[in-house]
Amino acid sequence: MMSLIGPVRRAAPVASRIVAALFGGYALAALGSVAALALPMSKPQAVLTGMLASFAIYAAAVVWVFAARSALRAWAGLLAAAAPLLLAAWSVW
Amino acid sequence: MKTDNVKREREQRPAGRGIRQSMSGLHIWAGLLMGWILYAMFLTGTVSYFKDELSQWMRPELAHQAELPDPALVAQRVADELGAIAPGSPQWSMRLPDGRTNSVYAFWRTAGAEGGRRAFGEAAFDPATGGKVTARETLGGDFFYRFHFQFHYMPVLWGRWIAGAAAMFMLVAIVSGVITHKKIFIDFFTFRGGKGQRSWLDAHNALSVFGLPFHAMITYTGLVTLMALYMPWGERTAITTPAERQQLSAELNAFIQPGKPSGQAAPLASVADMVRQAQERWGQDAVGRVTATNSGDSTARVAVARGEAGRVSMSPQYMLFDGPTGRLLETREGVGAAAETRGVLYALHLGRFSDTVTRWLYFLVSLMGTAMVGTGLVMWTVKRRQKLADPEQPHIGFRIVERLNIASIAGLSVAMTAFLWGNRLLPAGLAERGAWEIHLFFAVWALTLAHAVLRPARTAWIEQLWAAAALLALLPVLNAVTTDRPLWHSVTEADWVFAGMDLMCLSLAALHAVLALRTARHRPKPRTVPAKGRGGVIGGALEEGRS
Repeated sequence: MMSLIGPVRRAAPVASRIVAALFGGYALAALGSVAALALPMSKPQAVLTGMLASFAIYAAAVVWVFAARSALRAWAGLLAAAAPLLLAAWSVW
Repeated sequence: MKTDNVKREREQRPAGRGIRQSMSGLHIWAGLLMGWILYAMFLTGTVSYFKDELSQWMRPELAHQAELPDPALVAQRVADELGAIAPGSPQWSMRLPDGRTNSVYAFWRTAGAEGGRRAFGEAAFDPATGGKVTARETLGGDFFYRFHFQFHYMPVLWGRWIAGAAAMFMLVAIVSGVITHKKIFIDFFTFRGGKGQRSWLDAHNALSVFGLPFHAMITYTGLVTLMALYMPWGERTAITTPAERQQLSAELNAFIQPGKPSGQAAPLASVADMVRQAQERWGQDAVGRVTATNSGDSTARVAVARGEAGRVSMSPQYMLFDGPTGRLLETREGVGAAAETRGVLYALHLGRFSDTVTRWLYFLVSLMGTAMVGTGLVMWTVKRRQKLADPEQPHIGFRIVERLNIASIAGLSVAMTAFLWGNRLLPAGLAERGAWEIHLFFAVWALTLAHAVLRPARTAWIEQLWAAAALLALLPVLNAVTTDRPLWHSVTEADWVFAGMDLMCLSLAALHAVLALRTARHRPKPRTVPAKGRGGVIGGALEEGRS
């Protein structure tokens, strides 16, 4: 049992970051693409703006997740970025 | 910030492990995991800049086109033919020939197609007669083009998602790679040849930094080409009615959608006249595509769209005509700012606007991008080989990467050339001939993987590189034997598609021969770094910074 805990404890933060990068990053990018609908422009243009920008958000999120000092901070950063986007997205839902 | 909670101490960076080390780890792993797919996407994408030329070469029966036929007349001929083979088609669309094509590609929806019936048809037409071309059945350069973003032997949507994931990894690898380099400018001018790992690193840096704007552009724009698939959430939220959907679609492409047919027959007015009106507006060779809906019905519409020549944008610009009367209904020449941005990014990726010089630049820089991915993959093994506990018995992870590298780099060259050999050698009457060319490609690729697994790694590299060099060098010979368009003939006839293809094969053969020779001559230096214990594959590599 003890022999298992060591590797798990070591791998957990990395695994957590990988999940944060892959799925947290996508979720943030998707949220950003919806939040773009709150921009003062016509619907088709806002939709396209959101799509165009989403990949930059995704890439930035992934870089952040692995640059952050700890896995917990990585997640916290994603949530902090999501908050204003969620607010904007909420307004157009 | 630095006095953070102690309980998270264990996952904090060790002293001296800064952002460059984390980014280096991210760069290495993002690059490695998708590296093989990215290499194949890069190389097939690179050759796709000459997709039309490749298609011409693969249909040698179609004569070299010395001068461009009148687009208006060609459009009329093919429209007449489409009316005959697809009567009552709800929608057909043709791409008019330009200097790079000698046939007209068209597709059509089949009238009244329901359930089990195939709802689409497609064919290449002869611009001179309007009839379907009678060349060997082949997908031509379109195989590499389609493989580049949707692979093969799987539903296209799966393929596109895999390609999207790979592109996203690429984007992350580019950003993290740039952050890793503190001396990005100086590194570019540094090359330490003959120094093993250093040389690979320098080559990787030079290839990456020189082409950096292109690599970043091509990766991002690649994602943009399929962005509606990858990020549909805004569209799903905002676009809910058919009218809105139509509005969005009109911002993206010139494929007009059919309305409800009246059932009242009415022949199509002169398509040639419509094309001429568009030519007057945009220029003689500026018409790209003609699309008709409900042709033969009183509700028919014809859209004559502007091509990509002379403008760096894929945004729809078209003149819409009433089918039966030929009256101009509408001219669309602008889209919204975001749609135009998307149109420009899309056009930058495809590079169809290019003249010959720009096209070659695209090809060469893209080839450097391919080499960037290739050197990155090789470096992973070069760097780790010195640290192996026992170089005679490397661990399984190392062996997998090493063997996959051989098959996906050298093996792909062999397989792609074998595809071209198949085009010349498979009998014309073979059923599903076009599909067999593709099966041959994958069969040869699988064989190179088997070969890479069975032979010692260094020998496998050398043998496969020589195999690619030989196949490439002999392709002009095969072409001379199996067609009436050998190199001496195409040069004297100024047939630059065929001459260029032969010369390109010889250049690439030389490139592979040089690589094979260099690999054969390379003598790995005796190990100087003492072997270190390693804590798991991922943990170990994340801890190890850029050395």
